[in-house]
Order: sequence, then structure tokens, then C-alpha cells
Amino acid sequence: MTAHPAPPQAAARGMGAALRQDSALKHATGEARFLDDLPEPPGLLHAALALSPVAHGRLAPLDPAPALALPGIVAVLRPGDIPGRNDIASAGSNEPLLAEGMVEHAGQPLAIVVGMTRDAALAGAAALRPEIAPLPAILSLEEAIAREAWVMPPQEIRRGDAAAALAAAPHRLAGEFRAGGQEHFYLEGQIALALPGEDGEMTIHSSTQHPTEVQHIAARVLGCPFSRVTAVTRRMGGGFGGKESNASWVAAAAALAARHTGRPVKLRLSRKADMAATGKRHPFLYRWQAGFDGTGRILALDATLAADAGHSLDLTAGVVFRAITHALGCCDVPDVALRALACRTNTVSHTAFRGFGGPQGALLIEDVVHRVAGALGQPPEAVRARNFAGGENGAETPYGQALEGALIRRVWAEAQRDADWSARRREIAAFNAAHPTLRRGLGSMVLAFGISFGQMHMNQAGALVHVYTDGSIRLNHGGTEMGQGLFIKVAQVVASVFGVDVDRIALSATSTAEVPNTSPTAASTGSDLNGWAAHAAASAIRGRMAAVAAAEWGVPAEEIAFAEGQVTAGGNRAMEFGELARLAYMQRVSLSATGFYRTPDIHWDRAAMRGEPFFYFSYGAAAVEVAVDLLTGEHRCLAAHLVQDCGRSLNPAVDLGQVEGAFVQGLGWLTCEELWWDAEGRLRTLGPSTYKIPGSRDVPPVLRVRLLEGAPARSETIFRSKAVGEPPLLLATAVWNALKDAIGTDRLDAPATPERVLMAIRGG
Amino acid sequence: MSDRIGFLLNGAPVSLPAGTSPTMTLLDWLRGPAGLTGTKEGCAEGDCGACTVVLEAADGGRAPINACLAMLGQMHGRAIRTVEGLRGEEGGPHPVQRRLAEADATQCGFCTPGIVMAAWAQAREGGDPHEALAGNLCRCTGYRPILDALAAMQDDRAPPPVLPVAGTACFTAEGQVFHHPASLAELLRLRAAHPAALLLAGGTDLGLLASEHRQRPAAVIALDAVPELQACTGDAAGLSIGAALPYGRLLPWLDGGLAPFAALLRRLGSRQIRSLGTLGGNLGTASPIGDALPVLLALGAGLRIASARGERACAVEEFLTGYRRTTLAPDEVILAIRLPRPAAGEILVCEKLSKRHDQDIAAVSGAFLLRVEAGRVAAARLAFGGMGPMAARARAAEAALTGAPLARPAFEAAAAALAQDVAPLSDWRGSAAYRLAAAQGLLRRLHWRIARPDLPLEVHAL
Repeated sequence: MTAHPAPPQAAARGMGAALRQDSALKHATGEARFLDDLPEPPGLLHAALALSPVAHGRLAPLDPAPALALPGIVAVLRPGDIPGRNDIASAGSNEPLLAEGMVEHAGQPLAIVVGMTRDAALAGAAALRPEIAPLPAILSLEEAIAREAWVMPPQEIRRGDAAAALAAAPHRLAGEFRAGGQEHFYLEGQIALALPGEDGEMTIHSSTQHPTEVQHIAARVLGCPFSRVTAVTRRMGGGFGGKESNASWVAAAAALAARHTGRPVKLRLSRKADMAATGKRHPFLYRWQAGFDGTGRILALDATLAADAGHSLDLTAGVVFRAITHALGCCDVPDVALRALACRTNTVSHTAFRGFGGPQGALLIEDVVHRVAGALGQPPEAVRARNFAGGENGAETPYGQALEGALIRRVWAEAQRDADWSARRREIAAFNAAHPTLRRGLGSMVLAFGISFGQMHMNQAGALVHVYTDGSIRLNHGGTEMGQGLFIKVAQVVASVFGVDVDRIALSATSTAEVPNTSPTAASTGSDLNGWAAHAAASAIRGRMAAVAAAEWGVPAEEIAFAEGQVTAGGNRAMEFGELARLAYMQRVSLSATGFYRTPDIHWDRAAMRGEPFFYFSYGAAAVEVAVDLLTGEHRCLAAHLVQDCGRSLNPAVDLGQVEGAFVQGLGWLTCEELWWDAEGRLRTLGPSTYKIPGSRDVPPVLRVRLLEGAPARSETIFRSKAVGEPPLLLATAVWNALKDAIGTDRLDAPATPERVLMAIRGG
Repeated sequence: MSDRIGFLLNGAPVSLPAGTSPTMTLLDWLRGPAGLTGTKEGCAEGDCGACTVVLEAADGGRAPINACLAMLGQMHGRAIRTVEGLRGEEGGPHPVQRRLAEADATQCGFCTPGIVMAAWAQAREGGDPHEALAGNLCRCTGYRPILDALAAMQDDRAPPPVLPVAGTACFTAEGQVFHHPASLAELLRLRAAHPAALLLAGGTDLGLLASEHRQRPAAVIALDAVPELQACTGDAAGLSIGAALPYGRLLPWLDGGLAPFAALLRRLGSRQIRSLGTLGGNLGTASPIGDALPVLLALGAGLRIASARGERACAVEEFLTGYRRTTLAPDEVILAIRLPRPAAGEILVCEKLSKRHDQDIAAVSGAFLLRVEAGRVAAARLAFGGMGPMAARARAAEAALTGAPLARPAFEAAAAALAQDVAPLSDWRGSAAYRLAAAQGLLRRLHWRIARPDLPLEVHAL
């Protein structure tokens, strides 16, 4: 472990300062309140879910009697008890909150049991005996493909003539591999607290990345206008995409129970129920053919990326969009045909997970590069570099957006240098030649990750800023805090506009009543969107305050400066920020403003599958070393050198934490986190005792992370920063590559557990 | 007439109201009636560590535990500290809390209180920082800043608590009775009188009943206050280990030739689990994947088993009879484990394969005791876990090794013979094919351990 010097642009307190997560000390003292820590309102009831034990079947109307016979049961809510629509779809339609007539996956909610206590509700849910006549279930991607079972039509991105280019290529290879899904394992499970109010109002405290969707879906289920529902989120104990759409139905279930009983209801899923009933990262199956020449230049690629969507659409459209737009990674291939299949299986509906299909997409080109390198006897990093976008190769993605070839080459050169790559290669070769049972390997990754929501309309944000007459400031925006440091970053933006210390900014819970019609905090866009929206709100107030000061002092408004808590003009006029706020109030000037931002310049043609859907790309590179035990398949990442482009970082401490955390999460996805479904389609890894996320010892003992220096974003982002939430997760692909290097295998499915590694070594 | 459960909470004595369920988890009590919501529930199965609190011992020792697995009755007579009970000298945040915050070691913060408590224990107990964190999952940070903060922590030199004296007690609640005997005689009497009662050693397995499955067992006999079951004595030949001695307190005894067993136990669960979990419990549950069982089989360990009828001795090998089945009679308790030390010329090797190195349940575990004489394997005892319905010796593999020259072919032959010894299952921890291949790999690794003691032979030794 090594210390990380703050990048040179870091100021002590202002923009670019390495300030701590807003609640860090409260987290450590236990004072930070998560939803389940809030004082419970009088009359609170608790809800629990009855889940389907069967993957697919006909469901008879559920008999509530076994639950109602138990003490402390208040109600058993079934589909007929829903006053609005039994539909919690975030994008499509007809995704039921409670199964009606048919069950489509094991773990699907069948009923909501409401009890005086949580234990009573859980006992009631466990007592129900659903009658389900089983039907054949689709439990594998292969079967879904064979049956052409899709949740949406296949998508395709084409450029040139892949078939002809394949036929003409000097060399050809074909490949197939798969990548598993991933459980979010946010430490705080899904939870909502619904409080019924007057006139049909419902206030929902929800651990959600998307309060507006909680509002919409609760209103849809309750059958009331959006205006009657308020969704509030102060903080989440982790989200990672798992609380983008899945939090909404949990909240809607709590709201339904609250509406039905007229009392406050809390629904906190047990870890097992959470893991059974909520979606995960989409597992993928890949099949490809590539044509290339003797130099390693990949000339043609025809590939199918099949995503396991689970039983319904959920956010799969966006996930497969991102998978095929990221399937060439940082590389250029002239003639391509990339098909994405969104397969419908009788599995929980898979959903957003940090990277949102991007990490799965990037595995494709990495597998092709690995195989081409193996066929030519070249190192994979040389083949990848031979195909880097830009330079002598094309710079445009197959869908028509330019990549920055210079940045791609720069991040890789820096990571290679940091790792002392050539020297490591020699040392490893010597070690491998001498050791009877251990093998070391080197692996690399270079990423290009497009930033913006794939759904163009979602690239908007709002903020609300109040300045009070004592000069204190309250900030609210549509973004949610899940630990990623969004609140402190946006506060830094506002503090810099007003020229005040960030401590003057009071942060407040995200609420649909304060900022409406928001997008989820997702797609890494939290600070890009909300930072600009808050900047706009603060700038509007600052403009009004500057006019007041200018009139007071008889100087042009342009001469008014805001810095260090002071408002000044020239060298001889100054007043405290709070003094000016008071003066503005006395002159009846509004000190409150909303701010709004829409990402400029992005467009996408769905019919042609072309456009420039991303405001910009983030880049990064990794060079890692692993060791493998040939006898047991045990392996370990020994060193990782990461370089991540964050533009001009808004907060290097926060960004560093995002890079490290994402890398380790990616390491888990690709190595130890295995979702295991049994032959009946039931997930059997339903808790941390069976589903293994990385522990501290799994972090490489040498972990060196650098934020790329002197590389402000070229697009007009907030203070020329770049998004950081998701891109660095892709850096962990280097570990998968290094494992293949160590054992010299063509194919290694992910997660590369000790079992998969051993079986690959043994050629099975 | 029920006794009342009493303990020290953050230094102050607490006496629970009569009628409090003695099997309520400490976590539910803290977050509910006690109003201390700093301690979190992340999994309710003792794996994530968000619920970590610390038991403070009279000798100043600090044992982190999972509050989700601990039943209130078990806490009788203990001193518990939670995240709310840590304060700095001026009443502000404790230096451990400050340091974690200042190191950017919190992102979402949900795991942080548990990590604070693990770190506070580590500041006094010391040792491998990964061991200190093995029981605490963080999904946000990637751990690097937490490890940095841990490396900079110092003991606050807070004085040990004065523990309340806890004699034999019995706690009752609606439909429940929880016996807490403080002497062996009392324990054996209760065991004879209540053969259906659950024996609660550390509760790291049984605790799931209350925590995850939300059950309220009708009758429990807790073993933690019986002095004979907590004792450990040793001589040149071996150790006598009280069956209810927590692993954490057993570890210092496992020196010399038993050091490989200690290294294995450091991967059993986490510190939180080892603060409560016991060897007797591992034997009593007789799980095919109990980490310690292959070692006991390889070493030829024996048991002292007691009842009101008297005492008997039993080899571990005879004690285990099938999947979670043993010869323990309904009126008996395991008193002690007699663990022989490897003799001069004997080599003990303990192995465990799992998806994650720390705090995982073994897909395959193995323990091998070899006696090497004049370049030959004079004797071999090979035992495996995870390879069948119970932990068992691999007799065919043993036979292949015994008498053979200490060279690669003998271990290859043992690996081949192993297929006759085992009948592994396929499940989420590994397929049958992998389990066999990996277990064979462990026998091959055994060869290299002996042939090339100079080499690191595990990825974690690099």
C-alpha cells in the first residue's frame, strides 16, 4: 500500500481540493443516519415479501389464511389490492409488482405481508403456501438464443462489410466465452419507509438512486398523481446501480401497504430476500469471428453479445446499448458487425450495475486481442496498441463518434511506465522458468468509456439554492449520495461560485418536492449534470447579489468579485458575503434560484444506430501482475498500476477513492464473485457466506493509482472535470488478461474462480 | 423465577427487563430497545461485519464479535462496547474514528461503524491487518485507505472493565428457557434433564437460527461460563483444549509443530467468528466442511465426553459418523479435545481451498501428517473436508504413500488413489470434478512442500 500525493491542482479548500466525503466523521461515529436508523414513527407497521420458490409456472390465487392466522398480522396484500396499476416497469411496461397468474422467476414477489413487527411480517410471509403449477423454464442463454426469446429486438451496429472483410483477411479466428453477472452487495439492503399523509399524500423515504422514479412508480401503483407522492433520500449505504430501478418497486410496495393500512410502513428486505428478488449485472455470452493480418491489425469483427436480461426489460435496453457501443473499447476495427441480443430467461430481471454493460462490452475486444496475440505469438498489449483508435488507424467508433487517440496512447504509456512493464516481463519469465508450481502473469487494459445517459432525455438536471440573510447557503439538487462523494463535489462547485468556504453550504436530502423531474444518479453523470445545475442556480443568485453590490458602490457589476467569504470591488471596497445577502434582502432581491442543465451536443439515431451519444469519453489504463497456483487454481493479484483520466479533478480524494473502489469491484466481478443458480433456476448464493465479494487481502499489495495530470476535459464539462464513477471498473479487466497470460489459455470464462482457472489449466 | 441478563454496555451496567427473550440477538436489542443504531445489520449471517461490536475482557483483551449472531443470554456477565461507546479524551470522536474519516476510509459509510470497532480491537491486539479486517466487508473503498488508517492506529490505553460476577443463571421468557450454568456439575445435570435443549457454544452456527431464520428456540444451554470447558493445558505430548474455548484464545497455544493448524484457524471465519466460535462447536455440528476437523483426524485427536453418568474417551475419527452425525448421546457434552503434537520427524500440513482466501467456507480442506524416515514415507495420515458427507481420512491415498520413497511418483500415486477415497458433491463452492482435481493438487503440493521447503508454494506466500 502506498500513499498518494495530492495532484498539483489541489487547493486547500476550494475547487479541486481533496475534501472528505461530507459525512465521513459521522459515518465513523455512527451518527450518520441511514434509513433504518431514523426514529420510528408511532403506529409503524412492517412489511415482508412472499417470494416465489419456482422459476416459471401458473400461480393460483394466493390464500392469505395461513398468514392471517398468525399473531400480529395486519394484512396480506395481493395483486387485487393494488388501487392503481400492478406495473413497476421503469422503461417498458407490464412488469408486475406482485405476480398475477404467472410467475416468471424464482424470487419474484407474490404478496406483501404487513405485521405489527418485522418478525411477525416475516413469519406471515413464510407461512404462505403459494400453489404454482410449474412450466418449463428458460434458464440459460443458449436456450434463450435457440428459442429466440428476447425482451426487446436485437440491436446491431455495423460499419463497412464485415463478412467480406472477414473472407478477405489473411488470418481468421473464432471465439466463444462468457462472463457472469454480479450482485451489487450494497452493504445497506433495499429499504423504504412510507408515511401516509392528508389528501392522499404519501411521503416515501427510500434508499434510492432515483427518487423521481420512486415517486412515479409509487404513484402508478397507488393510482394517484405524481404530485401526491414525495420521495426523499438523504444517503444510501451503497447503490452501484442496484438502487436505480430496484429501489422503486420496494418503495412502491411500502407505499401500497401504507395506503392500505393508513399507517406508516417500513419494508426492509433481508439480505436473502434482497439477493433473491433484485436484479444483478447482466451475464453475457459472446461469440465472435475476427479477421486480421500478420501485424496484428484486426480488419474485421463479427460478434454477437448475448445478455441475460432475466424475465423482463427493466433497464436492459440501455445495458445492451452500452455493451455494443463499448465492444471495441479503445480500438478501431474497420469492418464490424456487432449484434446485441437481450435474452429473456426465467431469472430475476437484471439491471444497472456500475458500468451498465460497458464492462461486459469491453471484454469482447479484449478477448479478440488476446486470441489474435496468441495466434501471432505477439504480446496482447502490442496487438491492442496496433489497433488503438486514432493515429494511423481510424479514430471514429463504428457508430460515428470520435475517440481521442492521443489520450488512449498517453494513458497506456503512463501505466506501462509506472509498472516498469518490460522489466516485470523479464522477471516474470525468469520466475516462471524456475518455479515448479506457481506462474506469474502480466495483464493490461486500456479503456475508453462514453459519458452520458444512453437515453438522450435523461441528460438533464436541476438544482435549488437558497442564500439566507446571514450568508448561510442551502443546496439541493437532483443527485443522490450513495458514498461516491457527489454532495461534497457539488457543494464545492457552489462554494466556488460564491467564493465561500464549503462549510457554509448546508447539504440537504434529495427530494422530489425540492427538485422535480430528475434523472437517476447513474451513468457516472452525477457531478457532471448536478454540478452544472447547481452552478447555474448559484450563478443566478450571485448575479443578483453582484448587481446589489454594484449599485451600492456605484461600480459596474463586472467589477464585483466573490472570494474568501468576501465581496469586493477593486482594491478598496469589501463586505462580508452575509452582509451583502442581508443588503439584497432589504432591497427585495430574491436570494433563491433554481438551476437547470442539459448536456449539449449529443444525439443518437435509433434507426441507423449512429450518432454521438456521449458528451465525451473518459480514458484509463492498467498494468497488473498476478500469480496462479497450477495445482489448485488459487490466484492472487500482486500489483496494479492504474492511470485514470478524470479531466481536471473536482476533488482528487473522492476521485481516487472511486478509482480504487471501482477497480476492486471489477476485480470481484471477474475473479471471485460467482452467482450460482441451481437446476431449478433458484439462486443459491444468497448471502455473503456463499457470495464472495473481495476482502482486504484480495486488494493487490502494490496498488498505485494516479489521476492523469494536465488533461482538462476538452468538452465544456463542469470546471473541465470528467466523470469517474464507472470507467475505472473496466481497469480490472487487466486482471482477467493477466490470469490468461499466466496460464497460457485461450479461453477463461469470468468469474475466473480458482475452479475455472484450474479447469482451464487442465484443458477442461 | 427468571434471573435477569446483565452486562456492561459501553462501561455502564445494564440489567435487561424480565421477560426479554434470551435468544434475541444483541444486534436487534442494540438497534431496538437500546436505541443504539450506529451498529448496522448488513447480512444477519455473521459475514459482513457491519454489526461488529467488541467484547472487552477483564485482562484488557478486545474480542470483536458479530452482534447479529450473539444472543442476549450469551452476553450475561460480559462487557460490550459499541461504536457509540468510543470517545476521545475531550468527549469528541475517538482517534480511531478520526483516523478512518481523515484517511478517506469511508464512502457510503454503512460498513464504517463495524470497521471502527474492528480497528479499535486491532489497535490493542495487533497482528496481521488483513486478519483484523477479514470479517468486515467494504463494497466502496477497495480497502486501501482502511488499511492505511489501520497501520497508523495506536492503542488508546483505555483501562479494562471490571466484569460483573456471573454465577449460574437461568433466563426465561415467553415459551423460552435459557440455561447459563457456571459449573460442570450444573451443566451435566441440566444436560441430563433437558436432552432436547440446544447446546450453545459460541453460537456462530446456532446464532443463525435467531438472526437469519428469526426463530425462538424453546430451550438452550449455554456453555460459555463453565470453567472446565474454557480451560487449555499443554505438555510436550499435546494439548487438552476445553471444548468451549473460543478459537481466538486457543490460537496462542498452537505453537511449534502445531503452527500450521494455527495458520489454518486464522482463516476460519474472521476474528469476529473466532472470538466466539469453538472447536467443540465445530465437532458438535459435524459439518463436512468444518475447517478444523481434517486436522483433528490427521493428528489422531481424541475427545473427552462427559455426562452425569460419567466420562468417556473417544477418538475424533469414531466420533464423526456421517453428515452432521456424531456419537454424542443426548445427555452428553464434549468436555475437551486432546490434540497430540506432531512427533519429531512428523510434518503437519494444513490446507484450505476457497473462492476467497479469508473468511470463506472451504470447497476442499485437507490436513496431512507425514512421518519421514530415511527418505521414505514411514507413515501418512491424510484427511479431507468437503470431499464427502463428513470429514474423513483418505485411506487409499494413505496406503499409496506409506512406505514409498519420498519422491514425486508416490504423491502422484496418492493423488490417483484419492479418487477411491472420496465422493464429493457439486454445489456453489465447487463441482465434484474440481474438488477432486484440487484435492489431488494439494497432495502434489505436499510433495513440493517437502521437496522444496525453500520455495514459496502458495500465491499468498509471494
